[in-house]
Parts: sequence; structure tokens; C-alpha cells
Amino acid sequence: MQKNLNKYFPILVLPTLVAFLLAFVIPFFMGIYLSFCEFSTVTNAEWVGIENYISAFSNKDFINSLIFTVKFAVVAVITVNVFAFLLALLLTKGIKGTNIFRTVFFMPNLIGGIVLGYIWQSIINGVLANYGITMLMDEKYGFWGLVILMNWQLIGYIMIIYIAGLQNIPQDVLEAASIDGATKLQTLIKVKLPMVMSSITICLFLTITNSFKMFDQNLALTAGGPANKTTMMALDIYNTFYGKVGFEGVGQAKAVIFFLIVAFIGISQVAYSRRKEVEG
Amino acid sequence: MKRKLVSGLLCAATLTMLLVGCGQKKEENGVYYLNFKPEVTDVWKEIAEVYTEETGVPMKVETAAGGNYESTLKSEIAKKDAPTLFQINGPIGYESWKDYCADITDADFTKALTDESLAITGEDGKVYGVPYTVEGYGIIYNDEIMQKYFATSGAVVKSVDEIDGFDTLKAVVEDMQSKKEELGIKGVFASTSLLPGEEWRWQTHLANLPIEAEYVDKGVNDLDEIEFTYSENFQNIFDLYLNNSTTDPKMLGSKGVNDSMAEFALGQCAMVQNGNWAWGQISEVDGNVVTAENIKFMPIYCGLEDEENQGLCIGTENYFAINSQVSEESQKASIDFVNWLITSDTGKDYMVNKLGNIAPFTTFEDDEKPTDPLAVSMLESMDSGKASIPWIFQTFPSQTFKDNFGAALLEYAQGTVDWSEVENVVVEQWKIEKEAIK
Repeated sequence: MQKNLNKYFPILVLPTLVAFLLAFVIPFFMGIYLSFCEFSTVTNAEWVGIENYISAFSNKDFINSLIFTVKFAVVAVITVNVFAFLLALLLTKGIKGTNIFRTVFFMPNLIGGIVLGYIWQSIINGVLANYGITMLMDEKYGFWGLVILMNWQLIGYIMIIYIAGLQNIPQDVLEAASIDGATKLQTLIKVKLPMVMSSITICLFLTITNSFKMFDQNLALTAGGPANKTTMMALDIYNTFYGKVGFEGVGQAKAVIFFLIVAFIGISQVAYSRRKEVEG
Repeated sequence: MKRKLVSGLLCAATLTMLLVGCGQKKEENGVYYLNFKPEVTDVWKEIAEVYTEETGVPMKVETAAGGNYESTLKSEIAKKDAPTLFQINGPIGYESWKDYCADITDADFTKALTDESLAITGEDGKVYGVPYTVEGYGIIYNDEIMQKYFATSGAVVKSVDEIDGFDTLKAVVEDMQSKKEELGIKGVFASTSLLPGEEWRWQTHLANLPIEAEYVDKGVNDLDEIEFTYSENFQNIFDLYLNNSTTDPKMLGSKGVNDSMAEFALGQCAMVQNGNWAWGQISEVDGNVVTAENIKFMPIYCGLEDEENQGLCIGTENYFAINSQVSEESQKASIDFVNWLITSDTGKDYMVNKLGNIAPFTTFEDDEKPTDPLAVSMLESMDSGKASIPWIFQTFPSQTFKDNFGAALLEYAQGTVDWSEVENVVVEQWKIEKEAIK
């Protein structure tokens, strides 16, 4: 079998590789090149050097969106992971109807971001209507709206990963803990958490990158309103690219900066939490 | 052995699919039009078929989703099979697409323009964009409700003709608002839609009036920096919209244009600011109670000078442009197509009756005009000798300017900022965004 795999490896991997090259690697490098150009479409680019980067950093909208995104990411990462983990604990206890609950919690993840954004927009506006205001009255409504939306969408997915992690904890370790007289809380903190550290690594990575990259939910829920105060980085890049004549290059430069930030945070997080993992 | 054969076949199949997908054949030297108006998608598809049938020239039409024309065009035009005929929205649009706009000074359809100054010209004086329709906007009113009001005791005026300035309009509107139960309406004006992306009736259309007046004062067609001299007039009418509306100003952040038009169609309000394209929208609302003979236009009075002679805002932001980067044959085919559209009987029929365009070409006779009530009302206003206000909002610096302006209006409506802040945003953003284009 192994021999066969090796033999056919190039052929089996080829279609994916071609697709990956065409849809990812080439556009990625083109994007980096374009961030140094002035262009209106990808075919009429003209080299201008680092001008776009200077312009990106001197733009206060970009800095504001960066700050807003970081605030959002911190709150969203914590809430999503805490709630998802609690749900996972609850749904590994073998309560009646576990499978139904798991499915129900997972479902929102299957709905597209734009659709969820519009649904939550009507829900939140409907609730706020009782107080005679809308979500665009103050940025705090938009902020918490986004947090709720993010939780609603991501908890189920993250929960599944935690469930898998919890189920992988060997029974004998738990038994040993209970024989030694560990309380439930002690078992959770001293045994279960270290054992699911690899799940935590992947969940943190997913939630951090997803929070930073959030776009369609942001566009649909608040579209950055009021007055761009709830614009996240991805939406700001989009607005720069399509909202201003001749700013395509600057949008592209912002996108490259955005990539570097997300990649840096993602990689350092993985490197950090990897060290905390226990061999299972 | 059998397994090997199967996997080999599967690989081959995958590869062929990839290759087929990449190598789809493209239409040679045909016409490819990227349509701007989603509401007439089907009509354009039909036109393409009919044109191919009549002339044998292959034609393809794609439509960009509402509000996504620029982004769709950006990706489409970079493809090998690029649109040969596309649309720019005015001088700013030309600025962003000038590398792709062919010189169409000598095209027959350019020469057939009723007024050559309508066309978009570059710095070299050549023509690069030709308008294919003229549109107008103002305050649309429901005459049935107005008549009901005129019959009430103590009505400020007795007919719509007597409303010829902001002061009268304000008096009438405020009186109507106080009698709203009697008139059976929720408010005089439909919701001032301020949901992000739905504020164009204010930050673009309404703003056209004060800024046009400023251009006239200064004798220019465009400015790098504005003073927003007539800001007070904008505030006048905007306050009137907000305070005499179906909706509490604090709730406007959840209202879109469709909500406003639905309120009007259902008879919940008497007036709404919009353009002649709105008839389709109004008549299609379920439970529509506004009949064609009761829907009419009046100018937007905001207290500018010489108001009794003010007409509707008439202009266009729909210009045909030909892609200069495609083959000569395709460019010629596209020019021939536009010529066909404005000269042949079939083409003209589609232009007027199916697309509802008021075409600014000499090839159209007086009776070849659309017959929907708002178009008729608009043509009447144009013929009445009143001075139409030209559209100058194509010179507004960018979408970002409009978005920020709209956001400031929303904050003003909600009472979180005062008017001077809106003025600041307009003046500052104008300057910043105009500088950015250079």
C-alpha cells in the first residue's frame, strides 16, 4: 500500500497542486507585487515603490480599524473558546439527546456570514426598537452585535473540536485521578485541560485568525456604521480598494500588512501553545 | 490491475476536466456588454438574442449585482474575454477607467446626441463616454392624498401649483403632518433611509442642489475645495424630511430605500424623494394603492434663489464607453451595436418601451418617449420652461466621500452630532478625497 502511494503520489497530488497554484500561490505573489504598483486592473499595473505603504500608514481609518479589530478579537476569542469548551464538557457527559444538541449547536456554522449578518441585524434592531433606537446609534451596539454573531456562528464548530479532544482523554488517567481523590474541578484543571491542549492550540488559532479576517458578517451587520467606527480591517481594505478612485494599490498594500499581522499573531500563538502541549 | 486501471482513469478524468475548464472557447469579435441595471437584466438578455438574430453578430450581456458594478468591471475587464461595451458614471468614472475608454468622437451615435455637451470629453477634447438615457428626480407625491388635504378646512394652499418655494412647502408639509390622522397617513414624507449603503438619495441626490448652486455662484464645473455655502438649504429640507416623516429619526438607521418606497406605495405617506426609475418599484409593491394618474413630481425646494422657476434635477450617470483594449473588430462591433440600438426600429423600441430610457439622441422622434407616469411628469416639467437643475454629483470625489457624508447625516438624524459636524465632514472629506484622485 505504502509503495503504491509513493508511486502514484505525483499523479494524485497534481490536480490539487495545480488548483492551489492557480488559486492561491500565483494570486498571492501577484498581490504582493501589486502592492507596490498603481493600477486599476491587474493587467495595467505601474511600479510606484513603497508609496502605497506610506499612504496606508498615514490613513487614520486603517489604524482605527486595526484597534477595533484587536479589541474585537480579544473579546471574541475569549468568549467563543470559553462557551465552546463549556458546551463540550456538557455534551460529553452522556446526557439524553446529546447528538441532537451537538447538531443544533453546529448548524449556525453552515449558514453563510452575509445571511447571518442580515438575520442578526433584524434581530438586534428589533430588540433595540423597543428602546426607540437602532444598532447604528452607538458603536457599542455594533461591537457587541459582532461579538454575539461571531459566538453564534463559531461556537458549534469549536465545540466539536473540543468534544473530540475530551473524548480522546484515556479513561485510565481519569480513573487514576478519581482514585487519588481529585475533585471534579481539580480533574478539570489538572487533568482534562492539559490533555486537550492540542485542541486548544487549534481552536485558538482558528478563532484568532477568523476574528481578524472577519469580513462578510461585518459588512452585513453594520457595514462599518456609525461613521466607520465598527469597520474591521478586512472591510477597510475592501472600502479602500473599491471606494476610492486610484487607491487600489493602497488597498493592496493594506492587505499585505494585514497578512503579515495575522500571520505573525497566528504563528506565535501556535508556537507558544505548542510548548504547553502534553504528549497524549 | 483492475484497481490501477480505475485510478488511472480517474486521474485522466480529473485532468481533462481541469483542462476543459481552463480552455473554454471565447466569443471572437462579438459584443460583450456589462450591464449596470439589475432591474433590466432580462431585457438586455433579450436584446442580445434579437441583435444576434438580426445581424449575426454574437453578443453577450452580463449584469453586475446592484452596487457592485465597479468591482465586477474591475475583474471582468482584466480577463481575456473582456467587456467590449461598458458603462462609466461620469467624469470621475472616466478618470478611473481612462486607460480603457476608446475615442468615440467620430462614432455615429456620438454625432446623433441632441446636445454634444452631454458627452464625457477627456483633456484632449475627444469624446470618451456617451449618455444613453436622461433621468430626473424630485419629490414624488401622491395626488390623491394631496387632494384630500386641499379639501380639509384651513388648508394652507388649494393646489400643488401654488407650492413654489421652500416656505410654502414647509407650511403645507407641517400642516399636513398635524392632520395626519384625518388624511389617513403615518407621516408626510417616507422614511429618510439612512442604512449604510442606502443613503444615496441624500448624500448624492439631495446634495446635488446646494453644491450645484455653489458651482453656479463661482462659475465653475468642479472644485477641489468646497465651502458648502448652501449648507443651510440642505439642512432646511433635510430637517423637513426628518421631522415630518413616518418614522422616528432615531430609527432611520434601519431603513432602506425599499422601505421608503413601500411606505409610499401603501399610501402611508404622501411624498418621497426619488427619481423617475422609481415607478417600477412602486407599482410592484404588493398591495400598492397608488394609481398611475395620481403619481407626480414636484421640484425639491430648499430655499435657493429664484425658486419659483426651479425644475427637477435632470441629468444622467449612465454613459456608454467602448473598451479600447479589445480588438479593433470588437470595438467596431460595439459601435455598430449602439448605432443599431438608437437607429433601428427594433433597437429604438427596446430603448424606449422595454428599458424605459429617455434617449438623448436626435434619432428619436417626439412620440418615442416612455409612457410611465413619472417619465411623463418629468418630460412635462422639462417642457414647462422651468429651469432644470443639472446633475453635477458625478463630480463628487469618491464613494468614500459619499459614505462618510451619509454616516454623518445618520448621526445628525439620531441627534448624536450637530449640523456643524456634518458641514465639517462634507468640506474636509471633499478636500481629502479630491486630493487623493490627483
